[in-house]
Amino acid sequence: MMDTFAALAHGMAVAVQPMNLLYALIGVLLGTAVGVLPGIGPALTVALLLPVTYKLDPGGSLIMFAGIYYGGMYGGSTTAILINTPGESASMATALEGNKMAKAGRGGPALATAAIGSFVAGTIATIGLAFLAPWLVDFAVRFGPEDYFALMCVAFITVSATFGDSPIRGLTSLFIGLTLGLIGIDKLTGQARLAFGIPELLDGVEVTTLAVGLFAIGEALYVVSRRHHSEEKLEPVRGSLWMTREDWKRSWKPWLRGTMFGFPIGALPAGGAEIPTFLSYSTEKRLAKHPEEFGKGAIEGVAGPEAANNASAAGTLVPLLTLGLPTSATAAMMLAGFQQYGLNPGPLLFAERPDLVWGLIASLFIANVMLLVLNLPLVGLWVKLLAIPQPWLYAGILVFATTGTIAAKPSVVELSMLAGFGVMGFLMRRFDFPIAPVVVGLILGPIAESQLRRAMSISLGDPMALLQSPMSATLLAIALIALVAPFVMQGLGRFKANED
Amino acid sequence: MNDVPQGPASRRVDPAGLVIALALAALAAVLVWDASQLQSNNPYGMGPHAMPVVIAVGLGLLAIGNLIDAMRGNLPAREGADARAVWLILGGLALLIAIIGVGGGFILATTALFVTTSRAFGRRAVLADLGIALVLTTVIYLGFDRLLTLSLPAGPLERLF
Repeated sequence: MMDTFAALAHGMAVAVQPMNLLYALIGVLLGTAVGVLPGIGPALTVALLLPVTYKLDPGGSLIMFAGIYYGGMYGGSTTAILINTPGESASMATALEGNKMAKAGRGGPALATAAIGSFVAGTIATIGLAFLAPWLVDFAVRFGPEDYFALMCVAFITVSATFGDSPIRGLTSLFIGLTLGLIGIDKLTGQARLAFGIPELLDGVEVTTLAVGLFAIGEALYVVSRRHHSEEKLEPVRGSLWMTREDWKRSWKPWLRGTMFGFPIGALPAGGAEIPTFLSYSTEKRLAKHPEEFGKGAIEGVAGPEAANNASAAGTLVPLLTLGLPTSATAAMMLAGFQQYGLNPGPLLFAERPDLVWGLIASLFIANVMLLVLNLPLVGLWVKLLAIPQPWLYAGILVFATTGTIAAKPSVVELSMLAGFGVMGFLMRRFDFPIAPVVVGLILGPIAESQLRRAMSISLGDPMALLQSPMSATLLAIALIALVAPFVMQGLGRFKANED
Repeated sequence: MNDVPQGPASRRVDPAGLVIALALAALAAVLVWDASQLQSNNPYGMGPHAMPVVIAVGLGLLAIGNLIDAMRGNLPAREGADARAVWLILGGLALLIAIIGVGGGFILATTALFVTTSRAFGRRAVLADLGIALVLTTVIYLGFDRLLTLSLPAGPLERLF
């Protein structure tokens, strides 16, 4: 307990250095500015802004990331409220009620309850992260490679199959990601896999190239393909920005309840912010004094899900920092950010670079405060960004998206891959395949393979070793249940449908 | 009392689903072929070919799963797509790659992408957009070059600075 306070105090000392404060401020502003653009979720925000941090030292760049991460989340909720295009499914509940509030001239209080709720949730969840992380690290140092492999299997299944619309399509996305992860030189034997003699492929597929292609180019192609089907309408922010006493009274409990949903579910390797936000939304609807307001602009329906969304974002940092396990596309991008400095999050990083890890955690607090102080006054500026006409907006997004790749690797092969991933992202959206499992598969697949091979070489090739460790046996059983459950439920659902 | 359960609305075979299933099966075959080219010099433990084979088996099963989905017409309903606009953006990307490939530089390449994208989203003032794009990409170039000291590919325009 005391250790945590000491470590956190040390992290604060790192984070409040003037240069680091500046990095956090730039991160928060850039993150919000990019995240506010429609169609750009937090994962893409981090991917687009990765090149900006190439030349910084790891400490400064991770602190900037903390700002970008929270800023991107906040920007996304602004978009959801003002134009009802949730960048990601986690903002859907916010869009549902928040946009109705904006239409009724209560956009100000909706933005305010989202901002303050995000602050409350983010702060509580970051405290949770600070206290949970050392405990989990103590636990994780005892993990053998087979336990890690089993844990990754759980993450693979829950991210792709368990909670999506279709387990088949989710798993298909995951396996495409795993396939992409095979490309390049095998680290153990030095042999090239799936490189087809193309030298650029020997280094493997860059996570940023994949994410930017899938999210930015894929999204632009998808939006342009259905240009004539949907009309986006920007709601002006009318009336007071501030919440009334009544608004406060109706908001504070949903904030806390949302946090209680968001943090634990985010911290589980199940990941994903959709479940806590929808749990929070339905809970608030049930507990509200005026449930009839839901669907017409109830402030509880913005306050709760927004808090849940932010708390779960902080929650996903728990498995990411302590186990190196990304459970969302955004967390996968954060992991890519670590990897660009050759850093691998996990128990070792806590022991070897405490300044870095605790500086990052402390920066999360600071980024949260900055967002609260900056964003309500700056809301006018963000609204102006939202008003950019669609042709210029998407043209600009594509220029920025390609700039990142051109800066990193200005080769024809790399750019063709970017365009190819864009087409893939477009087709996946059109046929309703989830995107996040591809990104998680690409980044986690190679790690899972190396853990498995390490486990196999320790056991001299005996696969039963995976079941002899009680930890990995349990985790593999959980993975199996998580894989089978949605198929069973689907079968039950079909059975019921036939009964009717 | 039909012996075949009648599902909701569309239970027709979806050709797109067949293509998806076929593509997954082809990908699985490529993985197996590529894995067979690798040498395994590791008598204990797993060689480099084990994982590709496992993934190929997974892809094969998923190809069957997608095939069943397609036969049942389980794919989501789709609205018509504006194919011209999609091709216009893809053309812009191809132009960008070509310009970078022949050493035309960052500004010209991204300007081409900006103008085609903006046109695809319905803008008709191509010349005005060309001007905007040149200014925007020049600012980005200078920002990356001077502030972040990241070098972007230089062509005739970039050498003017």
